[in-house]
Amino acid sequence: MTTIKSLEDLKKAREEALRKRDAKVASGTAQVIVGMGTCGIAAGARDTMKAILDTIEKDGLNGILVTQTGCIGLCEKEPIVQVIIGDQPKVTYGKVDSEVAKKILKDHVINGKPVADHVIQM
Amino acid sequence: MRELSLHLLDIAENSVAANASQVRISIIENTRTDLLQMSVEDNGKGMDAAMVASVIDPFVTSRTTRKVGLGIPLLKEAAEACNGFLKITSQVDIGTKLFVQFQRSHIDRMPLGNLADTFLQLLIANPAIHWLFYYQVDDKIFDFDDAPIKTELAGISLTEPSILNYLRQTIETGIQAITAVDIG
Repeated sequence: MTTIKSLEDLKKAREEALRKRDAKVASGTAQVIVGMGTCGIAAGARDTMKAILDTIEKDGLNGILVTQTGCIGLCEKEPIVQVIIGDQPKVTYGKVDSEVAKKILKDHVINGKPVADHVIQM
Repeated sequence: MRELSLHLLDIAENSVAANASQVRISIIENTRTDLLQMSVEDNGKGMDAAMVASVIDPFVTSRTTRKVGLGIPLLKEAAEACNGFLKITSQVDIGTKLFVQFQRSHIDRMPLGNLADTFLQLLIANPAIHWLFYYQVDDKIFDFDDAPIKTELAGISLTEPSILNYLRQTIETGIQAITAVDIG
């Protein structure tokens, strides 16, 4: 028997998000952008994004904004993920499967060290 | 693409690119009429008749980074291979509706695949858009409107872990509850 989540559950989730948000702002804002054009989706971008969202949820990573973009003209390098930390320049990654996506979150977004093997020089 | 839910993700990206502020995705499976129908309807910038007529041609796209758009032709071909069709109705400044139909039991009909992932990712990655998701299997209905949730959240990011967890569970359990047993 599955239960549909209620609005009460949402209120609890909202309160938790507010508490955690107040607790951690020090690292600045982080934005993760996933390429979701036809080329990206065909190359597996949905699994890449799923890995990113699952990691954020399971590891309780606060303050990360996940958005999407269309085709940026690098179809052969899809799935593509871009990371912007604070006011640092945007880093673009290519061939990002689920495992690479998790590594980018852990090494770059959390610990500040880009995953050199997958960086695309723009 | 090997799942209809991946095609839906792709088609919905067209609505995002057309600057829609509201997108409605509907999937209806009817085991009695043996039809699977899907639609993506937006209030984006729309297309004129010439553009609609040519958009299913692989050599037309509104994109500027690359000259060829393949998403719609691929889905059209998949539908026609399953005794179905694809139809686009659009009006400039009003919006676009894409409708596609398959013979549900056709041997070549792709599985829907992970509809929950498609819905969740569109919702999370495009927070400024009002999303409406509708999935019906015979008499069972999953009807999702993100407006009450966003009102309650009052600006808190959808990517906060507790909110993500809530949204994922709401969508996954909602879809599981009505999914037909014999899919695939």
